[in-house]
Amino acid sequence: MDLTLKIWRQENARAKGKFVTYQVTDISPDSSFLEMLDVLNQQIIDKLEKPVCFDHDCREGICGACGLYINGRPHGPDSAVTTCQLHMRKFKDGDTIVIEPWRAKPFPIIKDLVADRIAFDKIIHAGGYISVNTGGVPDANAIPIPRNLAEISMDAAACIGCGACVAACKNASAMLFVAAKVSQFAVLPQGKVEASERVKAMVAKMDELGFGSCTNTGACEAECPKEISLSHIARLNREFYTAKIC
Amino acid sequence: MSNIFTSSIGKKLMMALLGIFLVLFLLVHLGVNLLILMDSRQAFNVAAHFMAHNIVIKVFEIFLFGGFILHIFYGLILQVKNWLSRPIGYNKTNNSQTSFFSKFMIHTAVIIFIFLTIHMIDFYFKSKFTNAVEIVNYNGKEYHDLAALVLQKFKMPAFVIGYILSFVFMSFHLLHGFQSAFQTLGINHKVYTPIIKKIGIICTLIITVGFTIIPLYVYFFK
Ligand code: HEM
Ligand code: SF4
Ligand code: FES
Repeated sequence: MDLTLKIWRQENARAKGKFVTYQVTDISPDSSFLEMLDVLNQQIIDKLEKPVCFDHDCREGICGACGLYINGRPHGPDSAVTTCQLHMRKFKDGDTIVIEPWRAKPFPIIKDLVADRIAFDKIIHAGGYISVNTGGVPDANAIPIPRNLAEISMDAAACIGCGACVAACKNASAMLFVAAKVSQFAVLPQGKVEASERVKAMVAKMDELGFGSCTNTGACEAECPKEISLSHIARLNREFYTAKIC
Repeated sequence: MSNIFTSSIGKKLMMALLGIFLVLFLLVHLGVNLLILMDSRQAFNVAAHFMAHNIVIKVFEIFLFGGFILHIFYGLILQVKNWLSRPIGYNKTNNSQTSFFSKFMIHTAVIIFIFLTIHMIDFYFKSKFTNAVEIVNYNGKEYHDLAALVLQKFKMPAFVIGYILSFVFMSFHLLHGFQSAFQTLGINHKVYTPIIKKIGIICTLIITVGFTIIPLYVYFFK
């Protein structure tokens, strides 16, 4: 496949960025999007220029490091996949692909396509944990948990913190991420102990960091590579009201 | 509790509760307005008089004004914060799948606001604070002949078109807003949410069609 790439290049956080157009040729439809960018970068390095920076780590859809805004959609045209799991066969020979970094005030650009997502870590630090003593492995069945609650918790825990929900949202809202991180504990007995403090602290941090509010548009759910459901946002709202009012 | 409304979720809670309240008010308002289609102007005038003078409704009116003002106030605060959350936008506009009208809540809201302002000046302030509205007598009691004013306004093509367009935009606001309010309230359920969505569409249709047939009927048949 031969492709035209329009890529956002920005030297550092303070520099003014711009789009630069590149041509790549002979891309295999079976390669991943990031492998296509590897080919491009090799081409750029061969010319003794600076390669395009982008985040990635596992390249198997489980770490949440990768994330590019491709032709107007976070993680590109496929659904329920991360950028690293996006295949070039989703594009056509001769296509022009516009590649941008996540855009949100709490996600400043570090370089090129790399956005700083430390804001998510700050939200987790605010309350996205349970306080238990570490030690020997506990008995798996010491605390009985109904199957349906285990399912809800596991679905929420699938969130890899990639930030596509923020990138997709017209308000740059982090509600889907926070909802997943609150929900995974909220339904379990282990999470109930700190439930009230957790949701209050995480929502306050989310607001403070400058994420927008939720208009219930659903763009986050549509783009989430882990298909985190909007029902978790409803649960987050319930948890929040309960914590604030009770 | 005290600081719930300083949070983004608390503000949305307020908007959602008031939004549903405003929908209920619109349905009642529609009920009164439909009386204008009757042959005599008396029924409408008496109902309008009741709405303006009954003590319970006067108290309700305070809540209604407060409701509008707070819904607008929080709507604007959230909207401004939402715009500030992405100071540098994308080159390619987002084409993720969304609830379509959710993208235009602020735009439809501005049109509703303009309509509301004109509406209040035309009907509310004129009868409350000026002598512009004629007085009629039914059984020895004096009433504002608001019906005559309405009938006169609905004979003006520009007014009719503006009025109907406002309700088309109102329907856009509600097509997303109604079901969104329940999600905001924390209600998201496999069985009930699809029902809520249907009720939202039905309420929106009743309001839009109801408020639209009145000027059309007056314009063509009265
Ligand atoms: C001048 C008038 C109005 C303004 C400025 C306004 C503004 C807004 C805005 C900006 C939103 C989106 C908030 C968000 O999700 O971020 C909204 C939502 C909503 N509006 Fe309005 N609105 C107005 C009038 C109305 C009226 C007349 C009704 C009902 C009859 C209404 C019902 C709703 C509902 C139900 C929602 C959804 C609340 C939620 O998502 O939780 N609005 N409004
Ligand atoms: S909710 Fe989905 S889109 Fe948002 S950070 Fe988690 S995995 Fe990524
Ligand atoms: S690189 Fe780990 S999810 Fe894509």
